[in-house]
Amino acid sequence: MIRRLFGLLSGTVIFLLFLFPTNIVAQDEVAGDSLSGSESAMDTLLLKEKTPQPPFNIVAEDVDNDAGEAIKLSWDLSPDDFQDGNVKEYVVLRSESAEGTYDTLGNTTQGIKSFIDNKVEIGKKYFYKIAALNYEKVNYVYLWNANSESAVAGPVVATAQWFNTGRIWVLLTILFISGAIIYFIWGAKSGKSFYIRKIAGIDEVENAVGRATEMGRSIYYVPGIHDMDDVQTLASMSILGRVSKMAAQNDTRIDVPVSRSLVMVTAREIVKESYSKVGRPDSFQDEQVRYLTDDQFGYAAAIDGLFVREKPATIFLIGAFFAESLIMAETGNSIGAIQIAGTAMPAQLPFFVAACDYTLIGEELFAASAYLSREPKLLGSLKGQDMGKALFLIVIVLGIILQFFDVEMWRLFEVR
Amino acid sequence: MKTKEFIVTAIIIVVLLLCKFVLPKPIQFSPTISWIVTILLGLVFAFIFYLTIKGKPVERRIVFLLVGISLVVPFFMQFKLPLKISPEVQQVYDKLASLPPGSKVLASFDYDPPSAPELQPMAEAFVKYAFEHDIKIIMMGLWPQGPQQANQAVEAAFEENPALRDQVKYGVDYVNLGFQSGNEFVVLRMGESFKSMFPSDLNYTPYDSIPLLKNVSNFSNIDWSINFSAGKPGTVEWIQVAVDRYNLPMSAGNTAVQAPMVYPYLNAGQLLGLMGGMSGAAEFEKLTNLPGKATTFLLSQTFAHVVVILFIIIGNVAFLRSRKETK
Amino acid sequence: MKREIPIAITFIVGTVFALAYFIPREPFSLFERQFGDWFGIIAAFAIWLGALNLMKISAMKIARKKPDFIYASLIILSFLVMIFFGFYEGYKGLFAEPQFSYRDAGTGFNWLYEYVYSALSATMFALLAFFVASASYRAFRARNLEATLLLIAAFFVMLGRVPVGDMLTTWMPIGYTMSDWANWIMSVPNTAGQRAIMIGIALGLVSTSLRIILGLERSYLGGE
Repeated sequence: MIRRLFGLLSGTVIFLLFLFPTNIVAQDEVAGDSLSGSESAMDTLLLKEKTPQPPFNIVAEDVDNDAGEAIKLSWDLSPDDFQDGNVKEYVVLRSESAEGTYDTLGNTTQGIKSFIDNKVEIGKKYFYKIAALNYEKVNYVYLWNANSESAVAGPVVATAQWFNTGRIWVLLTILFISGAIIYFIWGAKSGKSFYIRKIAGIDEVENAVGRATEMGRSIYYVPGIHDMDDVQTLASMSILGRVSKMAAQNDTRIDVPVSRSLVMVTAREIVKESYSKVGRPDSFQDEQVRYLTDDQFGYAAAIDGLFVREKPATIFLIGAFFAESLIMAETGNSIGAIQIAGTAMPAQLPFFVAACDYTLIGEELFAASAYLSREPKLLGSLKGQDMGKALFLIVIVLGIILQFFDVEMWRLFEVR
Repeated sequence: MKTKEFIVTAIIIVVLLLCKFVLPKPIQFSPTISWIVTILLGLVFAFIFYLTIKGKPVERRIVFLLVGISLVVPFFMQFKLPLKISPEVQQVYDKLASLPPGSKVLASFDYDPPSAPELQPMAEAFVKYAFEHDIKIIMMGLWPQGPQQANQAVEAAFEENPALRDQVKYGVDYVNLGFQSGNEFVVLRMGESFKSMFPSDLNYTPYDSIPLLKNVSNFSNIDWSINFSAGKPGTVEWIQVAVDRYNLPMSAGNTAVQAPMVYPYLNAGQLLGLMGGMSGAAEFEKLTNLPGKATTFLLSQTFAHVVVILFIIIGNVAFLRSRKETK
Repeated sequence: MKREIPIAITFIVGTVFALAYFIPREPFSLFERQFGDWFGIIAAFAIWLGALNLMKISAMKIARKKPDFIYASLIILSFLVMIFFGFYEGYKGLFAEPQFSYRDAGTGFNWLYEYVYSALSATMFALLAFFVASASYRAFRARNLEATLLLIAAFFVMLGRVPVGDMLTTWMPIGYTMSDWANWIMSVPNTAGQRAIMIGIALGLVSTSLRIILGLERSYLGGE
């Protein structure tokens, strides 16, 4: 009787195994770990119960707007994919022919419905299957595992695009702003004059330098803690060019302690040039522009030490600053120096406003170079910038109005 | 060094040594003593208020001394503070809690020791939570000191829950890829291939030999990412490159100074949650049910905030009064 | 030539990066990768440039017995100690079984990092708390309407970010306690302000970048 029942059960299992595309495999084939467990028919039956149903509706498609380096797979979850259900993972399998051998490409956890294959070659055909996997493991050793594979999806071919259509609005905006800037620079070159509003901080630069000369003390110029790849540092270098020229004219020492090696090289070149231009190349010493440390607070500590020991009459804090801004500015304030600060770091502006005499806020920093030189082509670029601002204002106002009518205009400008 | 400075330094060292070796541990004030100390502090402020109004503002060093006292004394107090969870921290936790076991998380430690008091508690709570919930962590740093901070967070998790030391395996459950110079260019290259930027991990193990990274080639194989940031390169660069260009789902922990700058990205949905400063860390610790340093230090921060507000009020009352008088 | 070559490099690299943002395919993505790698290499070498300059200037100060030569000696000493432990532990770790990094727990380098460097750096950052208080006392004044609004916002945010704010406003209806006000300030007026500043900065960036790429702005090269 028992033997018959066992035979019936075994027969049913074999029948079911043929009926469903289900594999019960050694773990080595799935994730490379060892599988320990019995292979008897009873165990097989237990495993059968634990075998998840495969995911379905597998879609494989080329990823848009890329260099032909990815194929996106998406699927509908296996019916057994729920909390404490039979699905633990999905294993992505790939082959170069529909009937060929499928290699494991990667895996995702349960509940995830997509995977990006980024190990593809342009122009090659790929076929995919997704296997739902269930297992039990103790201390990284699989006690058992079971999986079932989906139908084949594909063939799909990865292609490269010549233009990222998701960024069309960025391109148009950039073209508009750049066009406006170039147009006004052109206008300036042909003799058109532009009005620029007064920027108190920059107007005071000359007085601040003069004060140091009168007091016979030095000027400190701190160009922030970012490297030359930050436009704020570049803007700061432009201002340094003007400030160091004024200092050289007055024969007042200017010290530029920096926190980045590349900034040191650039700043040294700029200050040296300024000294040469006013006919005092011998007054410049290399150690006026020196590197201190890349470390943010190490730099702040060194600067504080220099301020306290050398008591400069004038301090410029112009560039990109983070939390060290107030530490430096307050120390500068405590020694009674006149301080002109400038940064485009919004979070540091209140600190500078509180502790310094004058502050260049945000874009004033970028305008400073043009303002100081009064060069028409630089002033023209500021005018172009204003056109960009006008464009943004129009779009913002339009967006607000349309939002009242439940039209989500921002979706139009979504960047991908 | 001047004699005066030398004496002050010597006194500080002696006091610290006394604290270390003589005083009982842990030092804790009873609630009554705590209240008395708080009231005394209040009286000192009343006196400063009086002096300021009289046109004798206190010196900078008195301000420093009071801030110092208000930061240190609360360590020994026993006030229990209710803590409300802000929506942005809740969002970080919800995202983390929704990850199924086995999920791969990229954690970038973009800070150094100065910011550690604010960011390390977040990192520790995150690492502990991830280890306890079988979430795999791929650690890295755009700051040279970041990977070491990551190691410290792992060590803290093991110390807190020694059982994790056996349960969690390096290379399988977590990996530390180390530091790579190049700021946002590193993120840009990682968008194509992690291996190109990190050919081996911190212990010189080749990328391909690390089991956890077997199926991880770039951001598309990452389920979620978290960035602990104290400046540049940090959250803003990750958003501009990884989130904008590669659609990486990301949350962040920032220093309080930097947090306001990140809010626009949070509101635009580019950032999935934000923990800001010590209070953000304390909220996260509460949510993960893993109280740590941030919860302990929150009382100090509370006192310091109140002290700064009192100074602002005193300064302004004196200012308004003097303006009235000149009129 | 000293000017023309850097300007040409700037033009080429700047244009390629701008184009690569819109054109995803090769060769632009390749160029973008290559330039990124070059930047990494230059940045890595530049660290030595700075470090050696620091050593040179410090050594000169000691040789000339300048007033603060004691600080210069400390710089050189700290530099050499960290370098020694870094190389020594790195070398030891490379040949150990299993291999370990010089930054792992238990190494001399890590000890210095954790108990000297971390402590010193954290101390510097902690100074911020003291300076915020002194600056608030001295300079945060309700001079006009804008400054008064800022002060009120600071009051709400500072109290709302710590539990005491909610404790003081428990009598308020739910959703209107101090922390709710702080959250509102941070996510509405703060974000609005930040966005405005960000747009301004972004435009400034575009304009400055364009001037640099086109070679109109040359002051960063040491000229007009």
